[in-house]
Amino acid sequence: MTLTVHRAGPGVSVQDMGRAGHLGAGLARGGAADRLALLEAAALLGAPGPLAAVEMAGTGGLITTDVPERLCLTGAVMRASLDGAALGWNRTLRLDPGQRLEIGPATSGTYGYLTPRGGIATGLLLGSRSAHGSAGLGRRLEAGDTLTTGGHEGEDDGDVTMDVADRLHGGTVRIMAGPQTGFFAPEVLARFLDTAFARSPQANRQGVRLDHDGAPFATNAQLDLLSDFIVPGDIQMSGAGLPFVLSAECQTIGGYPRIGTVLPADLPRVAQAPPGAPLRFRMLSAEEACALPSEARTLETLRRLVRPLVRDPRDMRDLGSYQLIGGVTAGHET
Amino acid sequence: MAKQEPMATDGVGVHPLGPDALLVRFGLTLEACANRAALGFAGALRADPPDGAVEVATALASVLVRFDPDLVARADLADSLGLMLGARDWHDAALPEERKRWTVPAAFGGDHGPQLEDAAAAAGMDAAEAVRDLCARPLGVLAIGFAPGQPYLGPLGPAWDIPRQTALTPQVPAGALVVAIRQVVLFANASPTGWRQVGRVAFRPARMGTELPFVLRAGDEVRLRPVEPDAFERLLQSGDPDGGATCEDLA
Repeated sequence: MTLTVHRAGPGVSVQDMGRAGHLGAGLARGGAADRLALLEAAALLGAPGPLAAVEMAGTGGLITTDVPERLCLTGAVMRASLDGAALGWNRTLRLDPGQRLEIGPATSGTYGYLTPRGGIATGLLLGSRSAHGSAGLGRRLEAGDTLTTGGHEGEDDGDVTMDVADRLHGGTVRIMAGPQTGFFAPEVLARFLDTAFARSPQANRQGVRLDHDGAPFATNAQLDLLSDFIVPGDIQMSGAGLPFVLSAECQTIGGYPRIGTVLPADLPRVAQAPPGAPLRFRMLSAEEACALPSEARTLETLRRLVRPLVRDPRDMRDLGSYQLIGGVTAGHET
Repeated sequence: MAKQEPMATDGVGVHPLGPDALLVRFGLTLEACANRAALGFAGALRADPPDGAVEVATALASVLVRFDPDLVARADLADSLGLMLGARDWHDAALPEERKRWTVPAAFGGDHGPQLEDAAAAAGMDAAEAVRDLCARPLGVLAIGFAPGQPYLGPLGPAWDIPRQTALTPQVPAGALVVAIRQVVLFANASPTGWRQVGRVAFRPARMGTELPFVLRAGDEVRLRPVEPDAFERLLQSGDPDGGATCEDLA
């Protein structure tokens, strides 16, 4: 049970839900940039919980298998094909030995995920299979790499799909106040919440810079603030007062002030926003933020959205032989 | 009691940090007693974890408590942390058990500490005085963070309350000793920094892939021992991850 990577883009790596529990040692949780995509994969594959996947930033690669594998595609929508026949997204598919699965580039969003039904089963490092570049754990995948896949229980019932609410084009992102929000003057916070930002081209698994017109967002304490804990989603102001939304591989402690924290439910919207996509922030109270469903509850909700995949026109090799309903084109790309 | 208002967050107390963590903050400036309070409070939490808490970690003057929101409501956990905070004075709390003291050879100035003169001047000293002061006594490992295994050391004397630079240094090497705001950070990996590099050690605080990847713990001590550039080069070339450092147990 091995997948072979014959070609890989520059940002392809194994990611799971990360390695929580090492903050005191300076190691951030890491894991998938879009955790919701791993929850969606677990729902589509009928897995008990999130599995390790191949994360593909911007573009994927060419993959084959040595045994029949049920796989699924979630997250950023990427151009995908099986032996040259186009495939839709947010769905499962069967990959047989000898078939070529080609993935990428992304047509919407930034991070796409390929998850086998039993998960990627490469070795655990400190409790996780995730590559964590800034911590020197694991590495990006390259042509020639092989990936062991895990076993699984249960019958294979054929392909399934689900409709997914759009999170791939930016939009409004919910945040909550944190321990340093009070370091910003109320009028600076108000201006921040009133500002239309654009996702900067400068973004990676550590953070996403935001561009805007107008003055920077400085505090008086900018250069002598005591370093304190950072969590993914924190919106940090650089020394020049420019905002960065910190991501999966952020530092654990930092001295630049954070104006608030993007809620985990909306962090995928920031991670997936393509360069230039609009982003705005809306502040929730801590009570409202805590009332949002946890990842475990989100997964249960997603399971109810899974439905059999029937007659996706893009799976048909010879479209001319099928009677297409007028006006209906694609189905599931967002 | 815990503060519940999202905007009233700039003081000492219990603060929300995302929907699944709380931050217990003991101070906004680097006082040794605030660090000690954080270490002591975290020790008490680890000895008797509150319901729903899944991780306890310390920074310089704060304790992070991560919880499972499906097991405990944030407001309930904040209340119990607030009660615990008020139950005693944590500033004279006991330090963690099984602490270690590392004595670590360090090169200062020149290529290994290009901003020594600059930092010393900011602290009102000449370079030789600055080196003597940095090496005069063991520094506490105040926190591990920013990068895996990377220690924040201190607190240095009040003269070292110097700000970060406004501009980032594009890269300092692994082992760089950088100073600002009464602390020394020993960089685990090459990194950009806004702090001033005064020296370098060959000691590696993070050793990924080994049995004990993180060598130091908050509460340990590090004493820097100045060595000549030639001797330091030999330590660097040796490839020994301890970089000539020695370790003793503290009672």
